Amino acid sequence: MSLKLEHVSYIYGSDTELPVHALQDICLEIPDGQFIGLIGHTGSGKSTLVQHLNGLIEPTEGLITYDGRNIWEKDFPKKELRSNVGLVFQYPEHQLFEVDVFSDVCFGPKNLGLPKEEVEARAKRALELVGFPEEYYKQSPFELSGGQKRRVAIAGVLAMQPKILVLDEPTAGLDPRGRDEILGQIAHLKKETGISVVLVSHSMEDVANYVERIIVMNKGHVLFDDVPREVFGHVKELEEVGLAAPQVTYILHKLKDNGFDVDVNATTIREARDTILKAMKEEGRC
Amino acid sequence: MQQDETGGYGVRTGNGAAMNIIETSHLSYDYIRRDEEGNVEGTTRAVSDVSLSVKPGDFIAILGHNGSGKSTLAKHINALLLPTEGTIVVDGKDTGREENIWDVRQSAGMVFQNPDNQIIGQVVEEDVGFGPENMGVPTKEIWERVEESLKAVGMYAYRKHSPNKLSGGQKQRVSIAGVLAMHPKCIVLDEPTAMLDPNGRKDVIRAARALNDVEGVTVILITHYMEEVIYADHVFVMDEGKVVLQGTPKEVFSQVERLKELRLDVPQVTLLAYELRRSGLPLPDGILTADELTEELKKCR
Amino acid sequence: MLRDITLGQYYQTDSVLHRMDCRVKLVGTLAFIIALFVVDNVWGYLLAAAFLGVCIRLSKVPFKFIVKGMKTIVFLMLFAVVFNLFLTPGTPVITVWKLSITQEGIRMALKMAIRLTMLIIGSSLMTLTTTPNHLTDGLESLLSPLKKLRVPVHEVAMMMSIALRFIPILLEETDKIMKAQIARGADFESGNLIQKAKAMVPLLVPLFIAAFRRANDLAMAMEARCYRGGEGRTKMKPLIYKKNDYIAYGVLAAYLVVSIVVGRILPI
Repeated sequence: MSLKLEHVSYIYGSDTELPVHALQDICLEIPDGQFIGLIGHTGSGKSTLVQHLNGLIEPTEGLITYDGRNIWEKDFPKKELRSNVGLVFQYPEHQLFEVDVFSDVCFGPKNLGLPKEEVEARAKRALELVGFPEEYYKQSPFELSGGQKRRVAIAGVLAMQPKILVLDEPTAGLDPRGRDEILGQIAHLKKETGISVVLVSHSMEDVANYVERIIVMNKGHVLFDDVPREVFGHVKELEEVGLAAPQVTYILHKLKDNGFDVDVNATTIREARDTILKAMKEEGRC
Repeated sequence: MQQDETGGYGVRTGNGAAMNIIETSHLSYDYIRRDEEGNVEGTTRAVSDVSLSVKPGDFIAILGHNGSGKSTLAKHINALLLPTEGTIVVDGKDTGREENIWDVRQSAGMVFQNPDNQIIGQVVEEDVGFGPENMGVPTKEIWERVEESLKAVGMYAYRKHSPNKLSGGQKQRVSIAGVLAMHPKCIVLDEPTAMLDPNGRKDVIRAARALNDVEGVTVILITHYMEEVIYADHVFVMDEGKVVLQGTPKEVFSQVERLKELRLDVPQVTLLAYELRRSGLPLPDGILTADELTEELKKCR
Repeated sequence: MLRDITLGQYYQTDSVLHRMDCRVKLVGTLAFIIALFVVDNVWGYLLAAAFLGVCIRLSKVPFKFIVKGMKTIVFLMLFAVVFNLFLTPGTPVITVWKLSITQEGIRMALKMAIRLTMLIIGSSLMTLTTTPNHLTDGLESLLSPLKKLRVPVHEVAMMMSIALRFIPILLEETDKIMKAQIARGADFESGNLIQKAKAMVPLLVPLFIAAFRRANDLAMAMEARCYRGGEGRTKMKPLIYKKNDYIAYGVLAAYLVVSIVVGRILPI
């Protein structure tokens, strides 16, 4: 399975005085089973890009193919694409509408015209994957806490059994505990199902702990597309486009400037601790 | 007097230590849970026996995860909620007395989390003028207040703009201006940055700090973002309706284990210092900035 | 992008009409419409057209914008014209099947067409030169005498301006919810009327809930800013008549009188 974007551009408002080039010449491929982080600040085009992945927006130029087929050719089954590329929007709990949690999660598979048993089996599996307790299946979604609502909303998309799951800022508005829980759950379901996951965020710290590939966007372009260590190494460029490397990167750069022989490419607290301890030992201290 | 890292001195000057601007005494608040017919099902104690005080001109932070009671407590400060038990006195007025409510709301302004849901005007300057209009301020003076408030938050250039075209951070600054135009003694910011991106967050916190440093307004920041808290004079940590920790940012963040138990974040640098200490390096408690860490590690050499 | 939709299509420019107090414009539109339906002869309509022409010039709004407002009403107009054409009793001119077009019918249809066209252009001029906010302010001011009769004029005006402020936001919310449901395979396009209605549930329920949530938040924010109804409120932008406005009132009064005299009392 692969989703490929070739020279994709998107311009809107071309009939007004100020057309906006939301995406410019994007070339990307999303293969099987990859955990990708998509970073960019507001206005970088990341939300627009994400809506191209499941055919919600048609590119002005360029080609998007799923398993080799152009998704915008006549008769391409869009519904099928949307069941293969699941998109979870920001604040997904705003899409909940059914009388109870279970029915809401069934909405997606029902729309695919599947038989009742299959629909219910998928809903159950999806709710398990997000760690939602069975005793609340018949609860009204509107009586749940924010974090729980969000899980139900994500389950609603998972029930479509996508091969690629795209999550637009899944931690938006959550407190640290909620954020850790959701990210942990996403990592867990990736491991369980082996699907590709695209995490859209502007928090470097969130993303550093989980993903194996980072795509950085700025003003509609792809600025970097590499493994985390490499991307976070470009501290200056990231700052120039209004993003920030994880805090630890700054700390390590500062230490290096002050004469400590640390590896500035460490991206997590544990890595940072280890490299500092190593540097101190080598100096014969502590 | 030692200069601390915020550049200030640990001494409060001004109108004496006389009156605290906010004083709560055994404050408790119960939410009433009702079933589908509206009958009372039970009560949930959202705030439990909180007694705290805030000095005028301070920058206070209240931390806690969702459901800890911090927002509920905040809404008592401007009498949007009234205590079930206990009292809260704001600028010398007890909120329990009905005749005080509007005075309290003028003394204590509040900015909420959702940038869209608190803007009423269709033009920025009209929204900032909404508060003074409600207070019956004469037209000429409204314009003066609107101008100075917008300048204080750096949004004067946008005064004729429609709020719809602003970013989240800009909208929140407009809301802060709207509250400032009421000339309050203190401003409560209830998770003002929760729905913003990092740039927006920076702008809003910068505006809040300017209010406190330059205009001398008491600021109470409710948040769960640690980076925003390191500039506070005093920090309260809430859990299950009670204040479980309090002190200066250094004091509070030193207690890494306790904060982890409460499932709260600690600034990455503090966490790193903590991990290094656990591995044997003799670092002091409560390191809050990269500079501090560098200095302390140098001392280790 | 959706947030850029302006309602009533306000056209931004600077003109005599734009600067005029909106109460004059409201009263003026009303006077114009009354005159339009009172006059009954050619001279009356010519006078109205001339008046309208002068106003269009004064507004500095390009004609194509004014005509844009017509497009939406063309259907209604057609309906009214055809109705009058075929169903007015009188001396028949042509007979088609059982329906006949009468002389009187042609007269009525023509009158209707002229009246409706000028009515729409006249009202469009008002919305093109006045922001929705000014309109609610103007209405609130004009209707304030009704407060003595316990009519909640201020509250209604406040509701209207809040509604106007939130329409673009709710439109954007609708778009988001639609996209989220489409991403789950929802189909808002295909099916018969009943199917389409059912398909709206996943759109309307979240939208209502979102709207109520916003209303709740907004009410709290308003109370926090000391809002307690219209009593004791001052205005940041009070409506004050200027010299030009009085002159305009004078012109309007004169137009109304002349219109009625020429268009009604004088013989054709």
